[in-house]
Amino acid sequence: MAETAQMKVSDEVAITIQGMNKWFGSFHVLRDINLTVYQGERIVICGPSGSGKSTLIRCINALEEHQQGLIEVDGTVLSSDLKNIDKIRSEVGMCFQHFNLFPHLTILENCTLAPIWVRKTPKREAEETAMHFLEKVKIPEQADKYPGQLSGGQQQRVAIARSLCMKPRIMLFDEPTSALDPEMIKEVLDTMIELAEEGMTMLCVTHEMGFARQVANRVIFMDEGQIVEQNEPEEFFNNPQSDRTKLFLSQILGH
Amino acid sequence: MEEHLSVSFVRTEPLPQLPPPATEQGIVKWLRENLFSGWLNTLLTVLSLIFIYKLASDTLPWLLNGIWNTDSLAECREILDGTTGACFSVLTDRWNQLLFGFKYPSEQYWRPTLAFVLLIVAAAPVLFFDLPRKMLIFTGLYPFIAFYLIWGGTIWTPIFALLGFVVGYVVYSRLVRNSFATAFFSGIAAALVSWWLGGFLTDLLASETPALEAVQSRDMGGFMLNMILGTVCVSLSLPIGIVLALGRQSDMPIIKWICVVFIEFIRGVPLITLLFVANVVLAYFLPPGTSFDLILRVIIMITMFASAYIAEVIRGGLAALPKGQYEAADSLGLDYAQAMRLIILPQALKISIPGIVNVSVGLFKDTTLVSVISMFDLVGMIRGPILASTDWNGVYWELFLFASLLFFVVCYSISQYSQWLERRLQTDHR
Repeated sequence: MAETAQMKVSDEVAITIQGMNKWFGSFHVLRDINLTVYQGERIVICGPSGSGKSTLIRCINALEEHQQGLIEVDGTVLSSDLKNIDKIRSEVGMCFQHFNLFPHLTILENCTLAPIWVRKTPKREAEETAMHFLEKVKIPEQADKYPGQLSGGQQQRVAIARSLCMKPRIMLFDEPTSALDPEMIKEVLDTMIELAEEGMTMLCVTHEMGFARQVANRVIFMDEGQIVEQNEPEEFFNNPQSDRTKLFLSQILGH
Repeated sequence: MEEHLSVSFVRTEPLPQLPPPATEQGIVKWLRENLFSGWLNTLLTVLSLIFIYKLASDTLPWLLNGIWNTDSLAECREILDGTTGACFSVLTDRWNQLLFGFKYPSEQYWRPTLAFVLLIVAAAPVLFFDLPRKMLIFTGLYPFIAFYLIWGGTIWTPIFALLGFVVGYVVYSRLVRNSFATAFFSGIAAALVSWWLGGFLTDLLASETPALEAVQSRDMGGFMLNMILGTVCVSLSLPIGIVLALGRQSDMPIIKWICVVFIEFIRGVPLITLLFVANVVLAYFLPPGTSFDLILRVIIMITMFASAYIAEVIRGGLAALPKGQYEAADSLGLDYAQAMRLIILPQALKISIPGIVNVSVGLFKDTTLVSVISMFDLVGMIRGPILASTDWNGVYWELFLFASLLFFVVCYSISQYSQWLERRLQTDHR
């Protein structure tokens, strides 16, 4: 599988972050973040809770506003212009810890809503695309049910399919498996691995180190709002440089 | 099992199903469990039965012995001749007055009646969304049809009013691609201009003898007036309340503060004072010589009052939604209007249904307050023309029982509908 990690990374830049700073009130939550993500790269971001890793990826699709620095996604510079933000958001898919499916819509409607209203895709076509992606995440038979009738793992797979229906160039995952039972984690990770193997650019905040070893090209360790260490997974796990990273890895891999 | 030491056991034949014992099924079981399950409950059951018997033995003769066909209270009492009985004949005698007020021309009663029947047709596709969506076209036209039916006069007034909306909408939809704000205000301006022009044309085109005789607002009365005020105010206050609730959540400080001040001010004032303002004070603020219809003034006041309450109910619904719903809508690239219309409001309104129904039912009953500013709604009719007449002076029970019954039927239907709606919209766990 180490081979997988090396393939399909191009020189084309997908995301550029330069000198980015963010504060929550007076709390300096992200400090001087510099990061370049290439098209097709799979990056896993880990770190202790409160280290700002979720905030970082939420800044990329402007769910959080950054106060300083530059974020450029797919050639568009993120500014406070609403049209700009909506354009970036429609190119960047996101999966949340708590899935955030729309409970008043069926699975199929969850998946077709954004294509129909944002992309102006005809309904028939949107439904075909939705069924295609639901088959991909292996739950086409649930299309007419409501999110409340599905298990957590199924809901998260629907959430992934919902994002994919917008044909995003980049996918962000914000702790997608943290709210799931152990046996459901696998089905979600399998879906994500499949996605990675197709060359999707992915940024995942996760504690699944097995996943990181298997599919990531790069692992980023964050602490106290800063990028402390980043490296290829092999090196990162076997030969961590900073003491903070060593401590974190010993805690997370210790048991 | 016999006296074996082994614990192993295999059933070879399934046991047949037996009926439960006679005391454990049907009505005997129900009675025992619900009415006589202990000495205290038995006592309460017996007491309740005595109470129900006393109540029925007092009211039933009055109800059943009621007189339905006399022309005055004196005549009714004569027939009763000292025995217990109700004089329901006040209802039959003054039936039309109770429903339409005492000044609505009697040969025109078919007009409000038809408007009421059409109201059911118009409301159906809004209330029951399984009905064909094409019916909504009629719902859109209904306000103008109903206005023409009830008020009569020249047909050009509702036509130009409708035309103003159409012109405004056409202008809006032409410009909305460029900028929402420009389109919105141009639409309103276009509508105002066409209404202004329509006013002139109406005066020119109106014939001396319109097809439907014109009825003045001050001639409206009875339960019809309650229905007009209730229907119009509820259907206007819901959208206004939604806008106010969203405005109160807005990031734009001016819009936010306008909404906060409006809501807090209106909620802090009794409805009755607003109605007095509508009746008396509002005239001072209007240019001299303009006659501003009293019903319209009252509608404005009640609508403002109800929309402030509904705004707060909906704000509660909005606050109850998890933040993740907003984020999921945002992350898919939906703009504000789409996120609100497709994701946030459907859920927030569903949560708010009990509160909205509460306000609506209260509002409908509050329409009887207009009797205080000398409008003759159902209660106004009873307290004024009917009880003050020499024929029916002193018939309280029958009249107010009837009024209560009418309001109860409407309010109970609203309540039942809302419960059906809640069940129907329930998608979280079935």
